[in-house]
Amino acid sequence: MGSIIVSTLIRTLIAGTPLLLGTLGEIVTERSGVLNLGVEGMMAIGAMTAFTVTLTTGSPWFGLLAAFLAGALAGGIHAFVSITLKANQVVSGLALTMLGLGVSGLFGRPFIGRPLPSKLSTLPIPGLADIPVLGRILFSQDPLFYLAVILGILLWILLARTRWGIEIRSVGENPAAAEVQGVNVARIRYLCVLLGGALAGMAGAHLSLVYSKSWTEGLTGGRGWIVIALTIFALWNPLRAFLGAFLFGCIFVLQYLLQPIGVPPNFLAMMPYLATLAVLLAGGLRKDHRRLLAPAKLGEAYTKGER
Amino acid sequence: MSISMRLVPRHQTSTGRQLAVLLFSLLAGFVAVGVVFAVKGVNPLFALWKILAGSFGSFYGISETITKAIPLILIGSGLTLAFRAKFWNIGAESQLLMGAICATWIGLNLGTRLPGWMVIPLMFLVGFLGGAVWGALPALFKVRFGVNEVISTLMLNYVAAEFLNLLIVGPWKGATQQGFPYTDDLPAAATLAVIPGTRIHYLTLLIALACAVILFVLVHSTTFGYELRVVGENPEAARYAGIDFFRTTVILMVISGGVAGLAGVGETAGIHHHLTYPGVISAGYGFTGIIVAWLAKLNPLASIVSALFFAGILVGGDAIQISLGLPAATVHVFNGVLLFFLIMGDTFVNKRLVVIRGRRS
Repeated sequence: MGSIIVSTLIRTLIAGTPLLLGTLGEIVTERSGVLNLGVEGMMAIGAMTAFTVTLTTGSPWFGLLAAFLAGALAGGIHAFVSITLKANQVVSGLALTMLGLGVSGLFGRPFIGRPLPSKLSTLPIPGLADIPVLGRILFSQDPLFYLAVILGILLWILLARTRWGIEIRSVGENPAAAEVQGVNVARIRYLCVLLGGALAGMAGAHLSLVYSKSWTEGLTGGRGWIVIALTIFALWNPLRAFLGAFLFGCIFVLQYLLQPIGVPPNFLAMMPYLATLAVLLAGGLRKDHRRLLAPAKLGEAYTKGER
Repeated sequence: MSISMRLVPRHQTSTGRQLAVLLFSLLAGFVAVGVVFAVKGVNPLFALWKILAGSFGSFYGISETITKAIPLILIGSGLTLAFRAKFWNIGAESQLLMGAICATWIGLNLGTRLPGWMVIPLMFLVGFLGGAVWGALPALFKVRFGVNEVISTLMLNYVAAEFLNLLIVGPWKGATQQGFPYTDDLPAAATLAVIPGTRIHYLTLLIALACAVILFVLVHSTTFGYELRVVGENPEAARYAGIDFFRTTVILMVISGGVAGLAGVGETAGIHHHLTYPGVISAGYGFTGIIVAWLAKLNPLASIVSALFFAGILVGGDAIQISLGLPAATVHVFNGVLLFFLIMGDTFVNKRLVVIRGRRS
């Protein structure tokens, strides 16, 4: 029994890592006032890029770097369309999702079903990994897990405690006032959307390099949309993102745990999506003040000199 | 000296200019798709020619294009309603599936018991209701609980798809289908007639055309159409004008979801004659419908034309999959790129680009 719990927790952290990376990215993006619904597409591009580059170069680290850059590039398209051209951000995000799923399907086709030559192996942290139980769960994970955790903490410090964080938040809350203070609104927003895309690319890389160790079309399976829901659930706070991401990681793992008991697999496959709805509905029921916590200018383009 | 560019608002814009921008956006979109093809090592002109020849170049191609335009007209015109109110319904895919599921239940259970003339109308009615209920849920979630409709409609897509999977491998699995994950075939009274030599189920086509006309009238000549626009453009003003936000949102989603449900009835009763995997019942019509609505500039009547256009791309996309060995995802590339260029074009309808030379102050 104990070993089942331990292995469930280990797999929860693995399944939650891509959700955490993606949510952190969307938090930075949305904090700067830009809504990017293209996470699913950026994740798909990241997953495909990471896998193909790892296969061609033989190094998963190159794959990860390529996914980071590809995600940023995909985010850059959304940034250009929504910040420079001030087009509709909702539709631009949808277009990015379609494009990302299409491009990754088109270019990833020859790589479907091929095994990874070298993997991002687990990296036990010396000393800490020897702690009974906890060491196996927390400190014997893959490198991307540690990276995601460190990034989450750094991002929280960045947003809550630094001048850059103040600038990012002010651009999302009141760009006109930020502009008066000498902040370059467009530049900050561009940087945030690019970083958000890069993190979504890394989330995709985790899916193809660590989580499934293969590439298929539809690998992302709606995780990009769950990420957007988790961003709301996290109330745009990187620390709360940990809670949401690993909660949903657990739900993904429960699917496999409950199957032998005789619950129909199709019903289990619905669980993450039903849980997403439940979480958002519960937020509405509690009538908490999440609307007040959302960046005030989320989804609105900003034109210099306008208010 | 420095040179910078800036977007300056235009005070007036003409229909001619709108059309020119639209055509230029599509052209630029095709060039961009061509670049993707070239990177993939496929001659873009050859691919484009294949698409055109596959979709409009033969009697078979044209008939298939019309067949695929049927669900797109229904969904596209229904989405114009939702998008006018800035209700981002991304769930037409599952509203279609729910329509298909409900209609199949009627067909399988009542198809041989009821008088023959009653079956098809009842299937369309119940299919509409299935899509309408599935569409009204996210409207309710949004107005009562503040749940973002993009996420809720998308989550419901996954739920409905898995629900359909559950039905076809479980309780509804057909005894006559030799173990395939299909329901039994619909009885003759529950299937739609087609134009001989084609797969065009003309009754659904007529319903789709009628829907586009009715929705056009609804949008342009009724108070409801006016309320939709106000709710979308200025919710604050809508409140002052005494518009019932709850009522308007739910009604618009009943219609938008309901017509998607009709599309589901057409696909099952007209094409497949049984339920099977969600991806077979709907070839992404719910998502393509979004672009159909956008290309139609949210005009329900114009969505007939843009549905034919995108149906052509779907059919041509199938053709190049076979002849060039490209994956099904190729169509997503088309959809994504064209949608990008369409919204980028929107920017230039009411703004112009000016180049400013001179010292920066």
